[in-house]
Amino acid sequence: MNLTVNGVTHEIESSLLAPLLDVLREELGITGPKAGCHQGGCGACTVLVDGEPRRSCLMPVAYADGGEITTVEGLGTVEDLSPIQQAFVHHYAAQCGFCTSGMMLAGQSYIAHGGSDDAESIQKALGGHVCRCTGYAKIVEAVAAAARGDSFDLTETAVGKYTTMTTGGAE
Amino acid sequence: MATTSVALDAATEIFMPGSEDEAIAAFGDGTDVVVVGGGTIVVPEMTYRRLQPAKALMLGSAGLAGITRDGSRVTIGATTPVEELTATPAPLGPCAANIADLEIRSQATIGGNLCAGTGNEAPRGDLQGAFLALGATVRSAGNGGITDEPLEDFLPKRHERLLLDVSFDEPAAGAFAGLDRPHTHDYTALAVSGARSADGTIRLAATGAGSHGVRLPSAEGGDADAALQDVTPHDDALASAWYRTKVLPVLVRRVLAEMKESA
Repeated sequence: MNLTVNGVTHEIESSLLAPLLDVLREELGITGPKAGCHQGGCGACTVLVDGEPRRSCLMPVAYADGGEITTVEGLGTVEDLSPIQQAFVHHYAAQCGFCTSGMMLAGQSYIAHGGSDDAESIQKALGGHVCRCTGYAKIVEAVAAAARGDSFDLTETAVGKYTTMTTGGAE
Repeated sequence: MATTSVALDAATEIFMPGSEDEAIAAFGDGTDVVVVGGGTIVVPEMTYRRLQPAKALMLGSAGLAGITRDGSRVTIGATTPVEELTATPAPLGPCAANIADLEIRSQATIGGNLCAGTGNEAPRGDLQGAFLALGATVRSAGNGGITDEPLEDFLPKRHERLLLDVSFDEPAAGAFAGLDRPHTHDYTALAVSGARSADGTIRLAATGAGSHGVRLPSAEGGDADAALQDVTPHDDALASAWYRTKVLPVLVRRVLAEMKESA
């Protein structure tokens, strides 16, 4: 078997029935997909398989054989964040961050399929993703902003409207 | 917490047939064979060591997916993703849409859903009720060769046979009513499906009211409370038997009313 993960093709030695998640994390050392519940309930392990979001903990790796996998590592780099990553930063959509890679990939796929900034549609698309710190409002705002194609000045965001950090005294 | 399962199934003999005939041959009489449709049930069962199959039959490349129509007869292949049913008319469409979320529905198969055993403290097999209401028949392989029989007869032996496809006549009207789920990863505690065929016959069925989907013939004449004669509600993590007893007639009434409206 082989998998192309974020553009790099790997020969796979794991069993046909091994969960794609375990192959990514343990055989290939790609740890963006998180092992949350390991039974399809949380969405932290979601990756794109040929562009479609899938729970990698539920997918036998044989079903992804020959496929193109995108993990959060494939979205952008620290120097060059993808639009949805920029939106998550700007809107402070990550809290502890454990759900974030799955959320962003589900959001990315939603937008790639022509999804709008309608909150209800976004909630439906991300419905399988549970964030235990309950920060859903900002997550939905971030996906909506990316869907609209908003652009952000992230240098300003770092000291922007959601933070308590101050750059000068209040006179 | 589970650790790696990379070596977990080293003792499992895995078959990945490339056609229906190969799948039937690999299944044989079904002894010790665990069938893997999309994997959404089997894979976590293996991860958590609740299941260690001697033989696993993976159907992903067996060519068993697809929906075909011949006049009013609809046939749905075993590995058709549940998501593909969400655009079909009631009761099937809304019943399918009430299962899990987009990502899981796109991977889960109708065969896996129909053949699912009872989950851990939760009912599985939401589609059983919808297909029972449609009077569906199941083509399956296993001991004695290929058979074609009503879903009602197939359900008690669903773990012993390889489901190939399921067929039904498009109904004149249909309806579905289920309890809302707190989150998409929850199974539905109780749901009722109904269908009226072209000759006026009404069929009702429930999921979550027994170990698998059951017909509700006593209520098909229009008396919703009579549905309780056909079920033995149980307690599990999602709902108590008492609650199911109270809610079943309500769901039956909703389904009957919706079908009447579309008369």
